[in-house]
Amino acid sequence: MTNPKGRFGIHGGQYIPETLMNAVIELEEAYNHYKDDPEFNRELTELFNEYAGRPSRLYFAKKMTEDLGGAKIYLKREDLNHTGAHKVNNVLGQALLAKKMGKTRLIAETGAGQHGVATATAAALFGMECVVFMGEEDTIRQALNVYRMRLLGATVVPVKSGTRTLKDAVSEAMREWTTRISDTHYCLGSVMGPHPFPTIVRDFQAVISKESRAQILEKEGKLPDAVLACVGGGSNAIGSFYHFIGDEGVKLIGCEAAGRGIDTFETAATVNTGKLGIFHGMKSYFCQDEDGQIAPVYSISAGLDYPGVGPEHAHLHDIGRAQYVPVTDEEAVEAFEYLSRTEGIIPAIESAHAVAYARKLAPTMGKDQIIIVTISGRGDKDCAAIARYRGEDIHE
Amino acid sequence: MSKISSAFTNKAFIAFITCGDPDLATTAACVREAVRNGADLIELGIPFSDPTAEGPVISAANIRALSGGIKTKDVFELVRELRKDVTVPMVFMTYANVVFSYGAEKFIGTCEEVGIDGIILPDLPYEEKEEFLPTCKAHGVDLISLIAPTSENRVEMIAREAEGFIYLVSSLGVTGERSKITTDLAGIVSHIRKVTDVPVAIGFGISTPEQAKEMAGLSDGAIVGSAIVKLVEKYGKDAPKYVGEYVKSMKDAILGK
Repeated sequence: MTNPKGRFGIHGGQYIPETLMNAVIELEEAYNHYKDDPEFNRELTELFNEYAGRPSRLYFAKKMTEDLGGAKIYLKREDLNHTGAHKVNNVLGQALLAKKMGKTRLIAETGAGQHGVATATAAALFGMECVVFMGEEDTIRQALNVYRMRLLGATVVPVKSGTRTLKDAVSEAMREWTTRISDTHYCLGSVMGPHPFPTIVRDFQAVISKESRAQILEKEGKLPDAVLACVGGGSNAIGSFYHFIGDEGVKLIGCEAAGRGIDTFETAATVNTGKLGIFHGMKSYFCQDEDGQIAPVYSISAGLDYPGVGPEHAHLHDIGRAQYVPVTDEEAVEAFEYLSRTEGIIPAIESAHAVAYARKLAPTMGKDQIIIVTISGRGDKDCAAIARYRGEDIHE
Repeated sequence: MSKISSAFTNKAFIAFITCGDPDLATTAACVREAVRNGADLIELGIPFSDPTAEGPVISAANIRALSGGIKTKDVFELVRELRKDVTVPMVFMTYANVVFSYGAEKFIGTCEEVGIDGIILPDLPYEEKEEFLPTCKAHGVDLISLIAPTSENRVEMIAREAEGFIYLVSSLGVTGERSKITTDLAGIVSHIRKVTDVPVAIGFGISTPEQAKEMAGLSDGAIVGSAIVKLVEKYGKDAPKYVGEYVKSMKDAILGK
């Protein structure tokens, strides 16, 4: 679906400083060389299986299905991966690629800290230096993940510019990359940024739907009616959708963080409230004001707290192949509690956005229909924040 | 021929100023003082919320200006007012989204109307210039190309199609003062000279008269941003006088006075 210039319809592209152009060209050439290389893929599959614990389970949520009384619900358990989220798929792929390119240093941005932890993990495994940029605000909200990254040998740089959150961490990682290209790979955490990142990250995350498509065919003998995943930048969602894009009967539904609601300013629902723009290396939809100034966004979930969305999602939206629905903080928190009680699975608050929409959708569907919901990560990291949301003051 | 070339009859001094920091009246006064003291070309920064190519000094200026409520249309009004007496070439330096969201046709058409001669967009590399180039050509506004120390095999391709002037980035990283510039700039300039007569000006990291003299010696001019913005940060509404004095010291150094 990617054309040579890295476009998805009108979206994507390479809107970056000239200083970085040769770096992304080098990355694209290396990726094109290795992506179909049997040895590279053998090494990556081994890392996925032996280190990250793939394939992840496709679990039939029997109690949830019975409780909702409609479609059968399957959960794609990315939360069971090593480091507790889907982020490790992309990071292992990029770290292996960086190693093949002769890079000795990984830099990354992180919001909630999951991608930072995954990058620090891969850097430890590959013996590489690692620097993670994290908004100062987020280093305070996610102090435990800061410690985890440091424990894994990474340096965490608190970003003090702008809103001191994820978008500023991305900007700072890009700035850092312009100062040091020769030995450094920027391990971008989502399907965003300049080409070839949206394609590379998608391909590494596509293992999710490659597995789930085969798993559902084995378990049910047919394809699902809908696939649901949460969308911030959109990496777990594109991974969950990718191998179903050609299956016309399968509805693809991305669940955006509406924060306090899409009719408020405290939202991060980019497709639902944003407009077309150019930022962080790509043309896509962004939350912005009428002068193109990027808007501060808000969600209870630090991992979905980003003002843009990956260009392939923007395109899937344009052509009507995928649908993007807003889910509020309150709905996500209720789903977080619901899945914990009903199935004994504490989902990441990001993933809870997809669970929340499944709760609305399943009862409207027939009992012979099937929904797959990606549980992109585990929710241990969110317990303190959710407790606070419910008025309980607990300390980690 | 581009009006910008008139700035390069001698070695040029190019002054960058962030519009609306701390307010538009101060920006206008700074521009006039810079021109009165020898600036040959003025780069007006339109603030952007997330200036990824800028170091801390200009980033902070962007935030100060936006906090003051400045809008893109106010910047056009500023230029309209400046053009009553300022005749040196003026270009905008901003980010692709500022142009895109205003509407390329409306933005670039207004540039022509108010007297902006060129646009510098650090997040619009050669590969993406078609986004705005046809509109710029239609309105006679130069889309300025940047060349970086890492451009290497790309130098000729970029230089061959360059218009107005070429902005040669002195070193890796973002804008901001540097004590030392180590890139082989003379090599890049001679590479550029092989394919184009478009003037070359060096920017990023220049703050002292010695550096300005050296950089202008290697090329056709020196661009200074952060050092000027720092004066505005320090002196606020009183900055124009200090900006003028500074520009004079830099221009004198460039001309070997």
